[in-house]
Amino acid sequence: MKKHIVDLNVVSNEKLGDKHILMKLTSASPLPEMRPGQFAEVRVDNSNTTFLRRPISIHFVDKLKNELWLLIQLVGDGTRKLSTLKEGDVLNLVLPLGNGFSDPQDQQKSLLLVGGGVGIAPLLELGSYLKGKGYQPTFLLGARSGKDLLQMNEFEKIGKVLVTTEDGTLGEKGFVTNHSVLTKEKFDKIYSCGPTPMMKAVAAFASQHSIDCEVSLENKMACGLGACLCCVTETKEGHKCVCSDGPVFNIKDLTWQI
Amino acid sequence: MADLSVNIGGLQMKNPVMTASGTFGYGEEYADFIDISQIGGIIVKGTTLAHREGNPYPRMAETPSGMLNCVGLQNKGVDYFIQNIYPRIKNIQTNMIVNVSGASVDDYVATAEKINELDDIRAIELNISCPNVKQGGMAFGTTCTGAESVVSAVRKAYKKTLIVKLSPNVTNIAEIALAVESAGADSVSLINTLMGMAIDAERMKPVLSTVTGGLSGPCVKPVALRMVWQVSKAVKIPVVGLGGIMNATDAIEFFLAGASAIEIGTANFIDPTVTLKVVAGINDYLDRHGFSSVKEIVGALKI
Repeated sequence: MKKHIVDLNVVSNEKLGDKHILMKLTSASPLPEMRPGQFAEVRVDNSNTTFLRRPISIHFVDKLKNELWLLIQLVGDGTRKLSTLKEGDVLNLVLPLGNGFSDPQDQQKSLLLVGGGVGIAPLLELGSYLKGKGYQPTFLLGARSGKDLLQMNEFEKIGKVLVTTEDGTLGEKGFVTNHSVLTKEKFDKIYSCGPTPMMKAVAAFASQHSIDCEVSLENKMACGLGACLCCVTETKEGHKCVCSDGPVFNIKDLTWQI
Repeated sequence: MADLSVNIGGLQMKNPVMTASGTFGYGEEYADFIDISQIGGIIVKGTTLAHREGNPYPRMAETPSGMLNCVGLQNKGVDYFIQNIYPRIKNIQTNMIVNVSGASVDDYVATAEKINELDDIRAIELNISCPNVKQGGMAFGTTCTGAESVVSAVRKAYKKTLIVKLSPNVTNIAEIALAVESAGADSVSLINTLMGMAIDAERMKPVLSTVTGGLSGPCVKPVALRMVWQVSKAVKIPVVGLGGIMNATDAIEFFLAGASAIEIGTANFIDPTVTLKVVAGINDYLDRHGFSSVKEIVGALKI
């Protein structure tokens, strides 16, 4: 898929709680083609302390409105600077980057999308894409507390949404891997993105039940293109770049001790 | 339109802009954004005799106006390069230059001999300055005798243009450059990264897996300019300048300090099209100042 450098216009930049923003971007020309699970390298201008682009996953592509949505967790100076952008501001992005999630295989009908924290971001686009292909994806989303669950109304438009919270304020109490649906229903494929401990627990579950499982990893990146070799992860074939060989890996290719 | 062509130790280039090793992959990674054949030269990833996995993650730390890396020369080895990568890149219509590194003099020589056989690689950049490997690398580049031993051995084995990349992590870089020149190098390129480190205070741990790493980006430019100026006064061979070049003005500063060509590294990560913008900007500067050739501003600093 051809990569582009684009200047997009900010349509809206909304604060979600105190730790996240939802930024909607558009362009006069059609947005480049993207796959779910791919990401953009976002340039942060006018920041004295940040230098490199920020890798941000593609949250949703609204094809009707020609909008790209980014769900961004405010972590440091770069993301905080992004939170100050206003309607009409211009953001420079390199996209689409990385491999993205793969399509289900023929016999894989029942799909579970497991997300935690800001890792839910790419699952909205993935769910939307899968729904468009005729699947009925189930979302299983985890958070510390009910108020930390973002974009619930958007996920509910696409498929069944199951929730776990650590404090029990919404959905079932506990971690995503404790959810009762995992004992009741059989899934053919699991897609997951979230904190590494969560993805490892999901991978362990998938592995024990011989379910095909893809995870989307996060690492500090410089180029985002597979040129600098900074963002590597261990795989059974040695170091691979999360930016260009990933960010999505099948758990059978990783060296996780699960 | 000014004449941008330069000749670096026998290597004819259509313009004086190259990409720094390890920042541009094999060129192909950037082909969606620009016509990479319009770059004067593409110096590909550091290549060693044997496959190297490189250092563990984390390998990168962002710093004010720059970044640290400790990639550690991850590459699949020279034989893999020759069999799998060279056939893909040899027809790119610009100078494809291989950066060669090694843990011993024999390693360097064996790798250079193999690259010497490749018709479409007309130069190597000998890396005697990588700060991120335990053996060899920078160890050869920090003493005159070490630099001389590896360069003279490679000179015997390698018949085409031999550029030697110098380390800034030395007391007197001009002395090293002179040793490299007398050992038969056709050109020197400088600077490689400056050794540095980053600390995560909350976790009380180093950010990089190897504790120390190599600093690059605009934060190193003043050091690089100073060293290019010192080296270009000391040696007769052409100097290739690099270190924090982000735009054409930065590049011009290097020419004025004495560089005959330049390399762009870290800036490729922020703007994948920066190389060709710099080529255009150099031309604009020359036109604006009434110069007909980039060669006229090499070392033209008025002091």
